[in-house]
Amino acid sequence: MAVSHLQCKECKTQYPLEALYVCEQCFGPLEVAYDHSRSSLDVGELRRRIQGGPQNIWRYADFLPLAGGPPGPSGRLASRVGLPAGCTPLIRADRLAERLGLREVWVKNDAANPTHSFKDRVVSVAVTRARELGFETIACASTGNLANSVAAHGAALGMDSYVFIPANLEEQKILATGIYGTKLVGVNGGYDDVNRLCTELSAERDWAFVNINLRPYYAEGSKTLAFEIAEQLGWELPDRCVVPVASGSLFTKIARGFEEWSELGLIEGESFPRMNGAQAEGCSPVASAYADGRDVCRPVKPDTIAKSLAIGNPADGPYALDLARRTGGGVDAVSDEEIRAGIKLLAETTGVFTETAGGVTTAVLAKLAARGDIDPDERVVLVITGDGLKTLDAVRDSFETYKIDPSVEAFERTVPEAVTV
Amino acid sequence: MAVLVKIPTQLRAAAGGSAETEVSGATVAEALNGLYERHGELRERISNEDGSLRRFVNVYLAGEDIRFLEGLQTPVPDGAELTILPAVAGG
Repeated sequence: MAVSHLQCKECKTQYPLEALYVCEQCFGPLEVAYDHSRSSLDVGELRRRIQGGPQNIWRYADFLPLAGGPPGPSGRLASRVGLPAGCTPLIRADRLAERLGLREVWVKNDAANPTHSFKDRVVSVAVTRARELGFETIACASTGNLANSVAAHGAALGMDSYVFIPANLEEQKILATGIYGTKLVGVNGGYDDVNRLCTELSAERDWAFVNINLRPYYAEGSKTLAFEIAEQLGWELPDRCVVPVASGSLFTKIARGFEEWSELGLIEGESFPRMNGAQAEGCSPVASAYADGRDVCRPVKPDTIAKSLAIGNPADGPYALDLARRTGGGVDAVSDEEIRAGIKLLAETTGVFTETAGGVTTAVLAKLAARGDIDPDERVVLVITGDGLKTLDAVRDSFETYKIDPSVEAFERTVPEAVTV
Repeated sequence: MAVLVKIPTQLRAAAGGSAETEVSGATVAEALNGLYERHGELRERISNEDGSLRRFVNVYLAGEDIRFLEGLQTPVPDGAELTILPAVAGG
């Protein structure tokens, strides 16, 4: 395996591959470092190995931080243990493109994961690493999607789990967590309060908090979204990616995935995608810093229907800002009304029903298109991270249902028929 | 003013192994200075040269991020609890 050590993203101090996440010297975040020099540099062979791998994220095991390779005893069947994530559809969205005056838009539908969000990617990696490190209990601080995923992975792998959420979370996300038999803890406060509590608890308990002490491994799972997009586009990169931003981790790791494969020569072409981040106006510390030209995010108290993006104190904010500027992208924010319209637009033009975070992403794409920021010839990928069934309140009363008695006469009287043959 | 400062695990080695320590100070900045006087090594771990907090250091007064209060100039009441924690991305 090519995984080598942990390294501080700021001061580059090196650490062993343990459950560590903060640099003791400068408090910077730790990241996984790889040594690909011993990997096969035969691009054709590397591609064939990936394509011959399992239909889940373990096909990218060479680029993930596991000491023992894909989970399980051996071989391809083994990589199906637990709750394997990934290999979600990349859909060509011509009707959406046409509506926006663009030519080529693709929707990466990550709602098609086991618990219906991209979080299954990061949790699969974190939990597998947690088992390698000998942990018996997994835990997380969550805005909802992560809660679903950690609870389900605990059930699938027979590990105890503790899930901490803001007490006022959407009912769908609470129900789709508790059902897996986890110990579900609703905290009075917002996500940032939950996160602070769990950061304190992680020092006191011998648990694998997937997004705290296992965070360096967890974050690596997001790279698999980039690998899949590149592989599904025929080993090419898109011209632009629109990605939701909460903590900034997904946004920066998708770019990292593209970079890793470009460096290894796995990808055709030279140009790098413009990376556009998407936030809700009610929680837009990164978009505000981008608009003001600052490189540090001021924390905010979130107030938005996009609760899965409601992180007011985004730890990867500075890196997200740097990425947006470096690639010629940007970070934009949209209102709750635009978010609802975004959900509807995506549903009506692609058949994909997304949660509020996907509404944010779709609305930002629409905003960029309307502003003329996107060249019509660009190939754009819209990253949809979660399922609309998780945030049903956002679309309640957004359309009319005809109520009739069961008779042809009642139907014809009440329902306007668009086409009469 | 007596203030209880809670030290994160990552800094305990530089604080003689303590998980918390009591210092005096009327503001967050004064309390932190009290901490640095006791454990000199902590100053450069937590603060920039100009005295501001490092980018990935969060300080909470009774659970509230001091950036929502008056930052380092936030007054600290007697018996208050200051918590130092690393910034952690989440979701």
